[in-house]
Amino acid sequence: MAEDSKPRVRVPRSATAGEAFEIKTLISHKMESGQRKDSDGNTIPRSIINHFSCDFNGENVIQVILQGAISTNPYFQFEAVIQESGTFTFTWNDDNGSVYTDSKDITVG
Amino acid sequence: MNKMTLSAAIVATAALFTGAANAQVDLDAVLSIDGTTMITRAPAPDFLDIDEVISGWVYRATETQALQMDDFENPGMIFVDVAVDDWNTVEGTEGKSCASCHVGGPEEFAGLRAVLPRWNEAEGKMFTMEDYINYSRVNYMGAEPLPLAKPRMDAMVALISLQSRGMPMNVAIDGPVADIWAQGEELYYTRVGQLDMACANCHEANFGNMIRADRLSQGQSNGFPVYRLKNAKLNSIQARFKGCMKNIRAEPYAVGSEEFRALELYVASRGNGLSVEGPSVRN
Repeated sequence: MAEDSKPRVRVPRSATAGEAFEIKTLISHKMESGQRKDSDGNTIPRSIINHFSCDFNGENVIQVILQGAISTNPYFQFEAVIQESGTFTFTWNDDNGSVYTDSKDITVG
Repeated sequence: MNKMTLSAAIVATAALFTGAANAQVDLDAVLSIDGTTMITRAPAPDFLDIDEVISGWVYRATETQALQMDDFENPGMIFVDVAVDDWNTVEGTEGKSCASCHVGGPEEFAGLRAVLPRWNEAEGKMFTMEDYINYSRVNYMGAEPLPLAKPRMDAMVALISLQSRGMPMNVAIDGPVADIWAQGEELYYTRVGQLDMACANCHEANFGNMIRADRLSQGQSNGFPVYRLKNAKLNSIQARFKGCMKNIRAEPYAVGSEEFRALELYVASRGNGLSVEGPSVRN
């Protein structure tokens, strides 16, 4: 399912400078912990999203290091404050080397 | 605490503590999704002894209810996104995707979910949504049928069901399907398994009562496919029947069997009048 990972992001279209607003992100991923065994007793190798970051106009907003105990389809909700219009970019790094990205424009007005 | 709040805790948002009404049930809650109000209570069809049919959403905890009221929060919508990709994927010997024939997009199927399963005159057989999908795959795309109750199929059913969201269930029970419907009714009231229980023992005689820590619903199928927090994936109607039968320690029928198909029709008809909710969120 890793190849089917789909990010979803919700950012307001506009915001007031200096006022906090909410951002929500969700990505579909099985988040295989590396602790489970298959029906033959072999360990299923870990396969998770190991890193998430959000940047605004090149400046980092939040970084998250994810570990094996985090549930499937990781969801992040956080707040940001901006002073000017610009673009949020979101990046998820998969154990298998894949990088999933999404971006949203926002206007200050 | 559900899985999603757990991951939210990692970034230490306030979201973790907003669920003050933890595990409480508000039986008068109104289900509204993006401004559309769903029918979660309706007068029961004539053939039932109960007065009112009630969506399973009503019996869920406030936080679980909230997940379904916002399409972003609804984890079932992830799989709808996956199915949209699948919709446009060319497969099979004919070099076609779903989109090649259905140029109007999945929106062409608005209303379909509300009337399924139904009799397919051309094939002389009752068709479920899964039957329609696989019929098109085999006959028009020249592709392999999708396995039942597996992620790709459940996601596609979710995508097509979504187009009918809010429309009242209106499954026909007479005419050519009358015999199948009667078989479904028979199954619904037949006690099976080590616990010697029928569907009706829980879902007709005891809905609203507690079963261990959980509240029994009427077992309505209007919300399927259902995203369940317990297994973090979409669940098809017939896969749920299988789970129910295991719970009563019975030997489940196979997904796709005549028995489950009949039961799917009968259970769907019991919910006539309730809004299609799929993909819904349950625990």
